[in-house]
Amino acid sequence: MSIRVLRPGLLTTVQDLGRWGMQRFGVVGGGAMDPFALRMANLLVGNDDNAAALEMTLLGPTLHFERDALVALCGGDFRPQLDGHTVPTWRPVFIQPGTTLNFGLATSGCRGYLAVAGGVNVPVVLGSRSTYLHGKFGGHEGRALKEGDCLSIADKSLAVSRSPANWCIGSMMPTYSDSPTLRVILGSEFDWLTNTSQEQLFSAEFEVTPQSDRMGFRLSGPMLELTAPRELISEAVCPGTIQVPADGQPILLMADCATTGGYPKAACVASVDLPLAAQLRPGARLRFSVISLAEAQSLLRERDVDIARLRVGLDFKLSRRDHVANSPHGREC
Amino acid sequence: MDRSTSGWRRSSNMSSVSSPKLAACRLAALGDRALVVHLGGRIDPPTFRAIRSLSRRLADQPPAGMLECVPAFTTLAIYYDPLRTSQTELISLVSKLIDTPDSTIETQPRLVEIPVCYGGEYGSDLDFVGQHASLTAPEVIEVHSAADYLVHMIGFAPGFPYLGGMSSKIAVPRRASPRLKIPPGSVGIAGDQTGIYPLETPGGWQLIGRTPLALFLPERDPPTLLQAGDIVRFRPITPEQFRQLAEPSA
Repeated sequence: MSIRVLRPGLLTTVQDLGRWGMQRFGVVGGGAMDPFALRMANLLVGNDDNAAALEMTLLGPTLHFERDALVALCGGDFRPQLDGHTVPTWRPVFIQPGTTLNFGLATSGCRGYLAVAGGVNVPVVLGSRSTYLHGKFGGHEGRALKEGDCLSIADKSLAVSRSPANWCIGSMMPTYSDSPTLRVILGSEFDWLTNTSQEQLFSAEFEVTPQSDRMGFRLSGPMLELTAPRELISEAVCPGTIQVPADGQPILLMADCATTGGYPKAACVASVDLPLAAQLRPGARLRFSVISLAEAQSLLRERDVDIARLRVGLDFKLSRRDHVANSPHGREC
Repeated sequence: MDRSTSGWRRSSNMSSVSSPKLAACRLAALGDRALVVHLGGRIDPPTFRAIRSLSRRLADQPPAGMLECVPAFTTLAIYYDPLRTSQTELISLVSKLIDTPDSTIETQPRLVEIPVCYGGEYGSDLDFVGQHASLTAPEVIEVHSAADYLVHMIGFAPGFPYLGGMSSKIAVPRRASPRLKIPPGSVGIAGDQTGIYPLETPGGWQLIGRTPLALFLPERDPPTLLQAGDIVRFRPITPEQFRQLAEPSA
């Protein structure tokens, strides 16, 4: 065993980039609420994008490392401390065996991702290591971490990483606002809203209510009304979908949302902005602005190019360090 | 004529088709990663067959960048990676598929018999359904277990089947306040629909019975007892048979 959970925090789960190909069985995609932060954390420790990491929520865990490890914390700032000393976020950090990594309350954002070189080693269930809390499967025993849990880390040579790591992701580090404007694409039932409500969706501010979790956020704001009471025959929904139920208070669906739904869909948050939504906590206020499908996809492409460039840069540094340290660093040869 | 784009309105995220065969077909973007093809305006057999056919042909020859398809009552959602393909390419492919006759072989639907222990602690709303329908409890059971139900889609929760074909005689409104915990396997009625809860969830359906079979087991392949296109028949069993049939994890 490699990591012992001394305190679990508010809600700490094992997550990767989610389950694909199972939605026709009603199995949700799930995975990290903020996939960008997860990918960054994985990238900083030399993992694949999809390696399993810990997702912490509002109050982070206290973890005892029984072996050495290279870790990175991305996403919300949970003020990590290693045996009482502050350690940086959005950077790789080397951990000595026998030390304790402690996270506090998030001072910015809502969800943090702790990636460990090699990845958290839990069984793959239906193609993913993600915890699906509602279905009680995946991740660590299908549930959030508890005090006393032991997590194993997949093997990876760390010889390379013992000297202080001095790279960071620079300009790609997002700033988390508690009053962001999220870009959305119009939903297929946007036209069902009255003209006033169509306008309000983009002029008004909405608040994230405490009835918010990994499945979705209930928002409060002006009551959105349909031109006439209409029923939608259930069809596919996805994370980012903004539904308008009968009470007129929109629901923003998130990572663990159901695969299908029957409420009219007013809009859908662009994939590139979904990570910003994932970092909102109850009480945060948000606005929506509309963009076209083409714009949303072009933003996503730009994001992907940036990540790929960063990965090339980091791989180069890692390989040079490998060379200096004369370590195989997981290369098969 | 280049069918790929010319027939589609491109001014918004939604489009209509000019093809006479697809007069009723509508396309909509679901966020920036899925295309939803509407294959009919209501729940009926031709719509169901059109969804099956398109879904099967896409599965047989998955286009590059397609991630998965999610069938529903009147729609097929096609998830894709926008870095590897585009909505335009998918629309072009879907258009071609729908306009050409389906030469793939439709498999016989599977008949899945589901044993249900009706009433009592297994279905505490059975009497309420009876009162509402002016039927006795055995009559409700008789009506519910006499029909063949088509699994239109799986959604809402892992393995949850949306079933078509329930007699309107036993239709009943949802409970005014939902139950916080419904045991897995519970069979319920809401409006003119019947369904089975695969997981312990909150829910507002009127519960009339419970099956000892597990509808969802993540370690099974496929992970669900039912799939879209199956035919379901409910068979009444006794509490004793329920205990005998109970799967360890159910």
